[in-house]
Amino acid sequence: MSDAWLPQEAEVVECITETPDIRTLRLRFTDPERQRAYRFAPGQFNMLALHGIGEVPISIVSDVEDVHLFDHTIRAVGRVTRALARLECGARLGVRGPFGRGWPLEAAEGRDLVVLTGGLGCAPAVSVIRHVLRRRGSFGRLTIMQGVKHANDLLWREQYEAWAREPDTQVLLAADVATPDWPWHQGLVTELFDRIGGSLVGAVAMMCGPEPMMMAAGRKLLDYGLAASDIYLSMERNMHCGAGKCGHCQLGPHFVCRDGPVFSWAALAPCIGIQGY
Amino acid sequence: MAVEEPRFLPRAGLQRLIDRLRNQFQQVLGPQVCDGAIVYGPLQRLQQLPIGQGDRQAPGSYRLEAAGGERCFAWANGPQALKPLLFTPEQPVWRSVRNADGQLEFLPMPAEPESLAVIGVRACDLAALALQDAHFLGDPADPWYVARREGLFLVAVHCTHPADTCFCASTGDGPTCCDGFDLALHELDEGFIIEAGSKEGATVLADLATLPVSREHWTAAQAQQAEAARTQRRHLRPAHELACLSDALMHSHWAEVGRRCLSCGNCTAVCPSCFCHRHEERPAIDGVHSAHVRSWDSCFTAAHSALHGRPVRADTAQRYRQWLIHKLCTWQDQYGRIGCVGCGRCISWCPVGIDLTAEAETVLGAAYV
Ligand SMILES: Cc1cc2nc3c(=O)[nH]c(=O)nc-3n(C[C@H](O)[C@H](O)[C@H](O)COP(=O)(O)OP(=O)(O)OC[C@H]3O[C@@H](n4cnc5c(N)ncnc54)[C@H](O)[C@@H]3O)c2cc1C
Ligand code: SF4
Ligand code: SF4
Ligand code: FES
Repeated sequence: MSDAWLPQEAEVVECITETPDIRTLRLRFTDPERQRAYRFAPGQFNMLALHGIGEVPISIVSDVEDVHLFDHTIRAVGRVTRALARLECGARLGVRGPFGRGWPLEAAEGRDLVVLTGGLGCAPAVSVIRHVLRRRGSFGRLTIMQGVKHANDLLWREQYEAWAREPDTQVLLAADVATPDWPWHQGLVTELFDRIGGSLVGAVAMMCGPEPMMMAAGRKLLDYGLAASDIYLSMERNMHCGAGKCGHCQLGPHFVCRDGPVFSWAALAPCIGIQGY
Repeated sequence: MAVEEPRFLPRAGLQRLIDRLRNQFQQVLGPQVCDGAIVYGPLQRLQQLPIGQGDRQAPGSYRLEAAGGERCFAWANGPQALKPLLFTPEQPVWRSVRNADGQLEFLPMPAEPESLAVIGVRACDLAALALQDAHFLGDPADPWYVARREGLFLVAVHCTHPADTCFCASTGDGPTCCDGFDLALHELDEGFIIEAGSKEGATVLADLATLPVSREHWTAAQAQQAEAARTQRRHLRPAHELACLSDALMHSHWAEVGRRCLSCGNCTAVCPSCFCHRHEERPAIDGVHSAHVRSWDSCFTAAHSALHGRPVRADTAQRYRQWLIHKLCTWQDQYGRIGCVGCGRCISWCPVGIDLTAEAETVLGAAYV
């Protein structure tokens, strides 16, 4: 029987409390053979199953070359995620995956990159940034853009400050509502494209966050000369199976779990930004 | 020995066929009247079939009525297709057990092959089965569907009495069965023309006492098939025209259907191609055992599209639009043909009689006059 239909037991090896409601779980399959064989691509996700509670899709955020552990950063929003965020070291859970198609990182090698996120911390994009910074020579200029509603919503402030010190890396942050100690832009993240040092023509963009933000940013990026096939979005939909069968994640002709979650603007254009579709 | 060419099976010979199948298969199902509708049930005797039974169907209505005569298959499909036999309404996906140390064991649910023969399958049911095959057998295949599918033996009966709601002729899926069966029957007053569509079917046919098919039998069979196609009143446009439905996402007609539709999900339950299902956890009270079960779901529920605490498709108009566009348009991108086989079930079983052929026509009408 295909592995797609049976969770494998994994163990929490380390937990990191990022904020009161966000935790990173570092996991390892209890079967060492399975852990050795486990491979994923940045942007893919796992289905995490809690005994007696349920199962949810969660992105994998660790580096692909870390073969000993794999990480999930979880925001406690509901029944299953709250229980996941309460797990302690040694706790056991089930993992199915990896599922989906991740970021086109190989195709992006040698090119300038814009990573744009919105909202409260965006796990799939963090995996891209880490991937690029660990292979700094393989990519061109890296622009990290993040927009939040309120300045206090910005997570990992030190992390952004550290990224800004990396070579050939620019960090552009924006908050709709700023506080006195907010040194960055007040307004929308999409107003910051002019501040990018250099042309965007030929760059690759990777976005993740609320759909209206991605829509607005995608349109702007097209104006700045990016090709529709070089703008990528990570989409979220209700998911039950992860394997293209249950039908919940459909978006137009796409099964987001199988054909995505990462799509090019070119592929999604006909079916995004339409209320209730 | 196997018999390849069509033969004539006298009416009484149908019992021989049932017996022969009962010898080979764990279960034999056939159509029978149950709670005012014709559905599949375990079949032992010819007399259980809906002999002399007819039906009358219209938008929002299904009634049995006496047709008289000896015929067993003089009716159009009831609410149930092959779907519940293969894609069962409920299927445990795994069980988990937690021991005292907190260790978990995830146990697969065996997919045991079941041998099942079904008599009385319609052309639209075979077409819908091919649609479900494309979905559930595609990688990663659904192991429980695979197991049930492998053991399935199908005796089709060409449709001679389409309902007012049927439009299989326009989708190219009926009323005559073309492939996908093991045996197919033309029902005539005095008996059946029986034909094998597979090696297994030909082997069964060889064990029956049959006669050569006369020229009169053929003429009668062909005439009733032509008549069955001719009398269908509803139709759908060709697939390439239906593909334009996704250009009409903003059409005002969706809001109009949304006011009539109750969002009850009857249409998705009776539709033989609808495949949506939800996964849910069923913990036992002991805290040790838990079952992860998948069951039929419908895109007409709010939970189906729940995201960040609210449904993506918040109102009924959006859900109807999703259902119709998936069925007639985006299904083509996914599986290379429309997801509707013209069985008309969703029309008959809709409590308010919504007719997808009419709704599609209204949305597309202006573009193709
Ligand atoms: C491909 C993919 C990757 C994801 N990656 C991550 C990740 O890395 N980290 C993370 O914290 N979350 C991630 N999510 C979201 C996560 O799956 C949901 O938060 C989770 O399913 C909610 O389940 P629950 O039982 O906790 O909430 P429920 O009790 O089911 O729902 C209650 C709350 O959960 C929210 N909710 C329900 N379903 C979803 C959903 N599919 N997406 C978003 N919110 C939902 C609603 O806001 C609601 O308020 C991802 C989702 C997808 C589709
Ligand atoms: S959409 Fe309606 S007519 Fe078409 S296959 Fe489904 S139930 Fe039958
Ligand atoms: S179309 Fe009819 S059967 Fe389908 S959900 Fe609406 S009211 Fe129910
Ligand atoms: S999550 Fe089930 S089909 Fe995508």
